[in-house]
Amino acid sequence: MSTNAKTRIVGAPVPRKEGVDKLLGRARYVDDIEREGMWPGATVRSTIPRGFIRSIGFDRRIDWAEFAIATAGDIPGKNHVQLIFADQPCLADGIVNHCDEAILLLAHPNKHKLREAVAAVHIEYEPLPPIFTIEESERQDVIVWGADNLIKSFLLEKGDVDSAWENAAYIVEGEYRTGAQEHLYIENNGVIAEWSEENGVTVWGSLQCPYYVHRSLLAVFDLPEDKVRVIQTETGGAFGGKEDYPSTLAAHAALLAMKSRHPIKMVYDRMEDLAATTKRHPSRIRHRTALDKDGKLVAMDIDIATDAGAYSTLSSTVLSRATLHSSGPYVCPNVRVHSSAWATNTVPYGAFRGFGAPQAVFAIERHMDEIAYAIGIDPIALRRKNFLHDGDTTATEQVMRDPVILDQLLDRALCESDYHAKRARFATGNPTSAIKRGMGVAAFFHGSGFTGSGERYLNSLAGVDVTPEGKLRVLAANTEFGQGTNTILTQIAAESIGIGYDDVIMAPADTGIVPNSGPTVASRTSMVVGRLIERASLQLVAMLREHAELGEHFNSEEFFAASERYRTAHGEVVSLCRYEAPPNIFWDDQKYRGEAYPAYAWSIQVAQVAVDSVTYCTEVEDFWSVQEVGRVLNPVLAGGQIEGGIAQGIGYALYEKVVLQNGHMANNQMTNYIMPTAEDVPPIHVFFEEIPFRYGAFGAKGIGELPHDGPAPAILNAIRDATGVGFRAIPLLPEDLFAQLTACESVEEAAAL
Amino acid sequence: MSGSQCTLRFTVNGENCAVQVPPMKRLLDVLREDLHLTGTKEGCGEGECGSCSVRMDGELVNSCLVPVLHAEGANIQTVEGLAASGTLHPLQQAFLKYGGAQCGICTPGMLMAATQLLSINPHPTMAEIREGLAGNLCRCTGFIRIFESVIAAAHNPSTDQGAHAR
Repeated sequence: MSTNAKTRIVGAPVPRKEGVDKLLGRARYVDDIEREGMWPGATVRSTIPRGFIRSIGFDRRIDWAEFAIATAGDIPGKNHVQLIFADQPCLADGIVNHCDEAILLLAHPNKHKLREAVAAVHIEYEPLPPIFTIEESERQDVIVWGADNLIKSFLLEKGDVDSAWENAAYIVEGEYRTGAQEHLYIENNGVIAEWSEENGVTVWGSLQCPYYVHRSLLAVFDLPEDKVRVIQTETGGAFGGKEDYPSTLAAHAALLAMKSRHPIKMVYDRMEDLAATTKRHPSRIRHRTALDKDGKLVAMDIDIATDAGAYSTLSSTVLSRATLHSSGPYVCPNVRVHSSAWATNTVPYGAFRGFGAPQAVFAIERHMDEIAYAIGIDPIALRRKNFLHDGDTTATEQVMRDPVILDQLLDRALCESDYHAKRARFATGNPTSAIKRGMGVAAFFHGSGFTGSGERYLNSLAGVDVTPEGKLRVLAANTEFGQGTNTILTQIAAESIGIGYDDVIMAPADTGIVPNSGPTVASRTSMVVGRLIERASLQLVAMLREHAELGEHFNSEEFFAASERYRTAHGEVVSLCRYEAPPNIFWDDQKYRGEAYPAYAWSIQVAQVAVDSVTYCTEVEDFWSVQEVGRVLNPVLAGGQIEGGIAQGIGYALYEKVVLQNGHMANNQMTNYIMPTAEDVPPIHVFFEEIPFRYGAFGAKGIGELPHDGPAPAILNAIRDATGVGFRAIPLLPEDLFAQLTACESVEEAAAL
Repeated sequence: MSGSQCTLRFTVNGENCAVQVPPMKRLLDVLREDLHLTGTKEGCGEGECGSCSVRMDGELVNSCLVPVLHAEGANIQTVEGLAASGTLHPLQQAFLKYGGAQCGICTPGMLMAATQLLSINPHPTMAEIREGLAGNLCRCTGFIRIFESVIAAAHNPSTDQGAHAR
């Protein structure tokens, strides 16, 4: 095991593998690619949230013979996006269930004519009553999905919650809400597709999961595996937003390619991307918590409801992760979590960094502060009393076998942020100042990799080979979209073999070339796929020692010479490894009990805020994040992941509001959907405590999603500290602060507003 | 609509260019489609994200908001012109070293904004860097490592020369 070994390349700040291409402007994103005879494609979308399609009319002023037109009837195979449940059509067939649902596709060589034509398709509907909120869906007066609107529910039970209330010293209840959030990757969704009788479908695109798209296209086109090829192009940000949507877009472009017999490019503009693609699930989470007289948790009863939108997409697995993160990093003998994902007539909500955890962490970490204030105990002390430690069990009765160092992380965070002194200073200064300052903390974990038995089902395959040109090549379907896959997997391979960083290249994420090493999601790439690359690399060295006289010690030159000897004697120089679960991982999908995740990353975040009592604007003035993510494989990339996640978390808390009007996103522009700018982000102080994880590549655990989980509760806890008012919903915009703060000053006045 | 075409002349990255295009065509599209300089990116098409930032006669502009006829006779610099000498510009070196680029899609525009900033203010304060880059959105980095990169480049003696090269 190499977790504690001294390393040269792993752990070093080697430059990003594709960095130079990006800096020179020569990295090829999908919109930068031209194909001979390519036409642009466009989408005609529903303008109502729910209803039957009665007719599709074509304006006579347009010469439709010039256009390729595709509808549901043109789909050769199944009209379903293949994900978890097959409920979402690629193209609406007779009924629409949300605004901006794709109904018809058009392609034409001239993009201006194409735009005119989209507006010249007239669709008549027979409207059906829509629903837009969790509450409307729960009421079940209008059924919009299945028999009951309920897309998925889970029940997790530990101990005996119902008997715990009677003897509790304190019972504290709270309801917390989170809004939708848009990924706002700067590169919109886009693909290019080609179709031919001989070769089937080929797609190039901005996407996270080539094999998800591959699987979906097989079903849509009813083709054998070797007749669909999916190739990722350089991807300008994803954050979960290119996990499932590209399956739909790829099918659209491929249908138009089939109809037009031309390569088709479909790249959304910002308004279409914002209106039509997935967002983070809105949530409503209720906590009822019993504590003993010392402030120890006795029982937690948690009810989670998420708004899934019109189709199931990934809502069941998002709900699963929300469920498993909802009781926080605390020990409690009696826990019940009941969770439900409800259908509504909005664009389906989907994967977004954190994947249900930011919602759950917001609720529990805000609730912990509310408990602290309610029972008169310091928020830090309350957390310390209840932290998980080695040997404790989680809500799923998973025993914490690896070290849990929450106290150490908290100590560091309090020290680095000068938390106690600042809090005392602000408490003294606030009464006489128009600017109210406060400090807030959030403590949380993020489970690394797929939930429960997920990694076993994925059964990932990855490896390395040696190219005839004398490079070691990483073979994995895991994609680079800024987070550093190329660099990390290259570092792991180079280190494992003992060759230089520049001796290693990445194979393109092309289903025609690389094996299915699973999707690039769930903070799994470094830990799970990295481990496969590490094993495959070691296996290759052993192979070359046995069959090609590679010595005990060797340099790069000797390694590649041995590879060539092997090639001459045996053919292809390749080594692949399949996933093996760490020992003692048992998960009961029915009871939701057992090892929910093979490893957890842990973090304490501290926010310092200033609330202007005149403008009601909140500024995050400073931010600290201390985390344990196993071994840090590249300090520059790891720091960048934490900082970027925090900036998104700040947006989630204070800026980013998806405004729906009749189910359509009304603010579908960067002008009015606001993310933090260079002037809004505070200084962010990042500290790692490293405890190598035995079963991750060189000790790595997951890192990418963790930092997004904590900022919202840390910031709202700081606002609680600054203003004395506990806000329970995000995004918390100045107008929300104004409404609630003035309501607290005068209930009558607020009622009149 | 495409409409009538006209011939426009300007300089891009030091080279004289003549294009036959509709006068209202966006400079962004002329750069990408007619001159095949795809380093300049479109993120929003409404001047909010700054991904399409280029320098035009010493000003930073969003090329998605510039009708190409406004560029007649102008001296334009795009990301492709930064490393014209064949070696990375000090800003590019710093972005590489300090992690200023992640997904890379905002990077060309960010580099142009940073070049512009350093050309008029070679040693900016943190507040000036934040202001100078406020028109360029990055969703990956949280900006922190971009700030570090700009500071590092400002301390690199060859930056002044690089920034003023064109």
